[in-house]
Amino acid sequence: MSPKPATPATRPDDGCALVTGASKGIGAACAQALAAGGWSVGVHYGNDADGAQATVEAITEAGGRAFAVSGDVADPDSADAIFGALEAELGPVLALVNNAGITDDGLAMQLSDEAFDRVLAVNLSGAFRLTRRALGPMVRKRYGRVVNVASIVGLRANAGQANYAASKAGLIGMTKTIAAEVARRGVTVNAVAPGFIATDMTADIPAEQLGAIPARRPGTPEDVAACVAFLASDAAAYVTGTTLTVDGGLSA
Amino acid sequence: MSTVTTEAVQKTVTDALVSFGAEESEITKDTELTTLDIDSLDLAEMSQIVDDEYGVSLKSADVTTIKTVGDIIELVVSKA
Repeated sequence: MSPKPATPATRPDDGCALVTGASKGIGAACAQALAAGGWSVGVHYGNDADGAQATVEAITEAGGRAFAVSGDVADPDSADAIFGALEAELGPVLALVNNAGITDDGLAMQLSDEAFDRVLAVNLSGAFRLTRRALGPMVRKRYGRVVNVASIVGLRANAGQANYAASKAGLIGMTKTIAAEVARRGVTVNAVAPGFIATDMTADIPAEQLGAIPARRPGTPEDVAACVAFLASDAAAYVTGTTLTVDGGLSA
Repeated sequence: MSTVTTEAVQKTVTDALVSFGAEESEITKDTELTTLDIDSLDLAEMSQIVDDEYGVSLKSADVTTIKTVGDIIELVVSKA
């Protein structure tokens, strides 16, 4: 077997990061953490233009570079549109954080086809199509970072979230296989699995459930963002195909 | 978009194969890709390269029929 060309150890200068669902919560924190790490950041949003603008402003005020881009990730045509806009503005996407996600809860016995399919379409199919679009330029650059924001619900039971759990378990499985496909091109693919994080998505969770967390507090979006920023960094070059649980010990 | 001649495609394909780790001296039109240790990921990247250079879109089904370096060149020229 002939030796393969070495991959660059450090991030090329001309790339940018894309964070989906970055108008608020974990996505907004990830965008800011990546910007703090030196990335130019595409701040993707679905509907919340004001939220995305606030994320862009927070990054700009901190001395970083950011650009807001919209699109429905469940729409098969959106990946090209989002990447096209970003490539024109900030250069090739060399880090992709698939964070955009929705919930539509209900017990499986009562879960509609529409609720099941929509959650899968956004959380899993959307992440796949964006990743597929991202990999070509990453492979050619011999550098890339994909981080999928999964959930501990993809690893253990959470009654009422069969659709969300399926999407997040699917993300974890997809992470491992794509990681194996592109590892020798210097492209890493990892997931983070947040537990209870204090965001709008978890606002309805009863406070007494928080007592089950060994850390005795809910996580913050910044707790998750710090892990995402690490996985997107040069320091994590040899970490691929793994899922980093960020849950204060809940699933330990 | 480049003018698509067999010579131009041959150079693009050869350069790509070398970037994947193949020995340039071993590359001829008759060389089998397995001899060069070229695999499916390399061919997927090759598809990206010829799409960027010539606007030629290679499908998975096309790629599975490829055995030799010459097969790639003929396929790209025929689709350009």
